[in-house]
Amino acid sequence: MIVANPKPISEILDMIKDLKKILILGCKGCVTVCNVGGAKEVGILASTLKIARIKGGNPVDITERTLERQCDPEYIAQVKDIVHDFDGVISMACGVGPQFLSEAYPKQRFFPAVDTTFFGGAVQHGIWAERCAGCGTCIIHYFDGMCPIARCSKSLMNGPCGGSAGGKCEISKDVDCIWDMIVRKKMEQGRLDDLVRFKPSKDWRTARDGGPRRSIREELVI
Amino acid sequence: MRLSYPSNIKIIQVPCTGRVDIIHLLKAIEDGADGVYVAGCLEGECHYLTGNLKARKRVNHVKKILMDLGIEPERVEMYNLSAGEGPRFAEIAREMYERIKGLGPSPVKMKNAA
Repeated sequence: MIVANPKPISEILDMIKDLKKILILGCKGCVTVCNVGGAKEVGILASTLKIARIKGGNPVDITERTLERQCDPEYIAQVKDIVHDFDGVISMACGVGPQFLSEAYPKQRFFPAVDTTFFGGAVQHGIWAERCAGCGTCIIHYFDGMCPIARCSKSLMNGPCGGSAGGKCEISKDVDCIWDMIVRKKMEQGRLDDLVRFKPSKDWRTARDGGPRRSIREELVI
Repeated sequence: MRLSYPSNIKIIQVPCTGRVDIIHLLKAIEDGADGVYVAGCLEGECHYLTGNLKARKRVNHVKKILMDLGIEPERVEMYNLSAGEGPRFAEIAREMYERIKGLGPSPVKMKNAA
């Protein structure tokens, strides 16, 4: 899923300081699963903003809605009848949400309520970790399901480097050295030779370096 | 036991403090409560194992939110006591009453009334 963190409340209060009537739009996709922008968090943000604005003597009128997703035009269209009734809209989706909204409704102003961080998963309740860098050409089959692009601090294709010690990366004792894990797994499975085999160089043209990306699937395009 | 405790404390019963969420505490403050406290079972004694531990984390989170908003975090609190401790219940109620009295009315209530 796409993982995000809540923005500091002071930052959100500053964004909306001149607005009297706002809509907070949650998303039932990834940000609901990572407990940052679903219906529940919409309620918490609305209440927090109302408390802050009442205290500041500048009350705000807040409407709460949560869409199925904010990364598909058909769900964005569900607010077409109400979106212009507000001075501004706070989107609690990942960075895609406010952008899809502002493309669909150019006359309205949209503000993000979360800092979108990475593609990852919940390693335990309340803790998420990065697993994918979205580089566009997956190579984890060479490394038994572990991604050195996303999980090695240097994105090395031929680690471990000299900064690996005791299974940890030199950047922090809390960061596992993925190359240590890859080598250990290969050794345990008796397939260490896999790592010395020649493989084609990684195709970086599909990564972010080539500018904003598009994915076109002809069989689906109408 | 016929113990008395301050009459302006409104009790909301829940099956377990694990049911108490951040939004419930915030709504109370938003609606003008001067303070909110959660009285859960003793730690390690939860029938559902971790309900009271979750409640404490949520109370601490609300304290953090209030601090960010410049409101005294002491207005929300978590207490642990067993169901057999009637006198302690009354004592906590008085303790919280005194604390809130010391802090004065909630700034949210003050502005709403103005």
